[in-house]
Amino acid sequence: MAQLTTRQKLEILADAAKYDASCASSGTTKRDSRGGKGIGSTEGMGICHAYAPDGRCISLLKILLTNSCIFDCHYCINRRSSDVRRARFTAREVVDLTLNFYRRNYIEGLFLSSGIIRSSDYTMEQMVEVARSLRQDHHFRGYIHLKTIPDADPALLHQAGLHADRLSINVELPTESGLKRLAPEKDGGRIEGAMRHLRSEIEDGQDARRKYKSAPRFAPAGQSTQMIIGADAADDRAIIARASSLYDRHRLRRVYYSAFSPIPSPSAVLPLRRPPLMREHRLYQSDWMIRFYGYDAGEIAAATDAATGCLPLDIDPKLAWALNHRATFPVDVNRAPREALLRVPGLGVRAVDRILLSRRHRRLRLDDVARLTTSIRKLRPFLIAADWRPLALADCADLRARLAPPAQQLDLFT
Amino acid sequence: MHRVLLTAPDDIDGWRASARQLATQGVDPADIVWQVGDAPDDLFGNIDLEQAATPAAFSVPRAFLDLAESAILHRDPQRFALLYALLVQLRARPGLMQDRADPLLRRVAALAKAVRRDIHKMRAFVRFREMKADGASRFVAWFEPDHHIVRANAGFFVRRFASMHWSILTPEISIHWDSQTLSEGPGAQRSDAPDGDPVEALWQGYYAAIFNPARLKTGAMLSEMPKKYWRNLPEAVLIPDLIAGAQAREAVMIARRPTLPKTQDDSAT
Ligand code: SF4
Repeated sequence: MAQLTTRQKLEILADAAKYDASCASSGTTKRDSRGGKGIGSTEGMGICHAYAPDGRCISLLKILLTNSCIFDCHYCINRRSSDVRRARFTAREVVDLTLNFYRRNYIEGLFLSSGIIRSSDYTMEQMVEVARSLRQDHHFRGYIHLKTIPDADPALLHQAGLHADRLSINVELPTESGLKRLAPEKDGGRIEGAMRHLRSEIEDGQDARRKYKSAPRFAPAGQSTQMIIGADAADDRAIIARASSLYDRHRLRRVYYSAFSPIPSPSAVLPLRRPPLMREHRLYQSDWMIRFYGYDAGEIAAATDAATGCLPLDIDPKLAWALNHRATFPVDVNRAPREALLRVPGLGVRAVDRILLSRRHRRLRLDDVARLTTSIRKLRPFLIAADWRPLALADCADLRARLAPPAQQLDLFT
Repeated sequence: MHRVLLTAPDDIDGWRASARQLATQGVDPADIVWQVGDAPDDLFGNIDLEQAATPAAFSVPRAFLDLAESAILHRDPQRFALLYALLVQLRARPGLMQDRADPLLRRVAALAKAVRRDIHKMRAFVRFREMKADGASRFVAWFEPDHHIVRANAGFFVRRFASMHWSILTPEISIHWDSQTLSEGPGAQRSDAPDGDPVEALWQGYYAAIFNPARLKTGAMLSEMPKKYWRNLPEAVLIPDLIAGAQAREAVMIARRPTLPKTQDDSAT
């Protein structure tokens, strides 16, 4: 085969990485390159430098070191039995590409993962070398996310954490049985063991920094994971329960969901249809409800459909919860505590905070609320304002129909 | 009638000093004309501020200053007057900054929000092109902001690209960094910036490859990367073709599926 050019390799190795949902570059330590010979900065919120026509933010150079793999995970385009074209970057090539993109302000940094070649340790070593070289040879101060290989030597994971802002280990599938069937060479116990190990390294690092300012940082943006949705039979209730237990046990920053996507040269054991993209979106919304709105996983489960165990696709899970708990509403916008306002469908965290501030100065009328929020139409049935009191919700049989968006907008592809 | 002459469209210090003095003197917002640069004398003539020996100190909440710092960079010619009107009201109603339902505060907050978005988009969408001369590199970008944000935004590029030599050229002003000092120059034209960079082909290759044609969502892309930015983004020329090809490509992938019978487990999804 003719030698691949850098551009061809980049196209193959970016194509192989695009099924990974994470592109976050936020939440690491603040740093810049003033007064040094290095390059780069991180200032709290990461920046999306471009958006692809799939609506996703492009913030990092997200590539694989190689898409060759000795494993055969069915959902994965890189699996051993896939007939996809293979390519491999050297560590040096990835370093140069990252710096060249960074200098032109295309990216916030690098998200590197890899198929497994030769052995887990060998592969992890190559990835660590990329991060090491960026940090030590080039004084790169931008963002680095390494996807780590659960079976790799803990000493390598330790090195990875010293150079990277974020580490991730994918749990891949929401259920143990799904993992066995679709990723037979992976071991759920070892994956969780590695996450537990990372959690303790991250916490030890934080402790050490509290005591000694000069202690090295370990993965200051924490760890995250990803689950594939719709490749096995797990329903939303099972997925949410799994995510919430991962958050609790391993202190994850984020659980990402990736709707199983048709891949070229698919394996025969995969489902024939991909799940609606809306399903992934609803799961992310439920994730927000848990992280920012004070719901627990059990309450989200109460918003799922009793028969399918899944969140409704036509309305968002917060509205679904509200419709199942009509007695909780309406709430008085001039009196209700923050927690109660956060449960009003259509009221976001910022709007609630503005309401709390503004109501110290005036009795809020419906008009005032309209100015503080984006859509008053959806809110009205759930709120009492100085000049407004809705019908009791129990009396509105058609409420769901009135608040749901037109059905054909759900998913253009299913 | 008072006329205040500000030195530049983003002259926050000048606005602040004048506003403080006018407010202590109780000057009505309707009696002030705010002007930028040495615009010719107009129908109001030149009435200077009474120079109070030491302008009486009065404090304003931090939230007002934050808002003013952003809003003043807006291209709306009313911004100075609106901010002054807000300042005057704020002196009468100290809690005003928390009353997000107040119409004037909302209007000023909307200006500030537009400016902050513009600042953010500049950080995102500036694209440097490398120019090589005598073995040294300079990275040059052409950018067209909506508001007067360039000077206020320079710090970000200095912190991030401290060891590089770079220039950002815009229609109103240019800024240059030589790894030590920041300097300013007059506005420029697109043709003053380099018209290409070999690395852009790699970036375009990346942009096309990272896009997942199975999940076309152009609305989401357009709301964050509106068309007005496209002409200065090297990757944007690919967008129409990527969209056009997307549905066809997904159809091909589904057609290539093997046709084994479904198992019980699979059909559950
Ligand atoms: S180990 Fe990773 S790269 Fe290899 S087949 Fe499995 S998911 Fe794909």
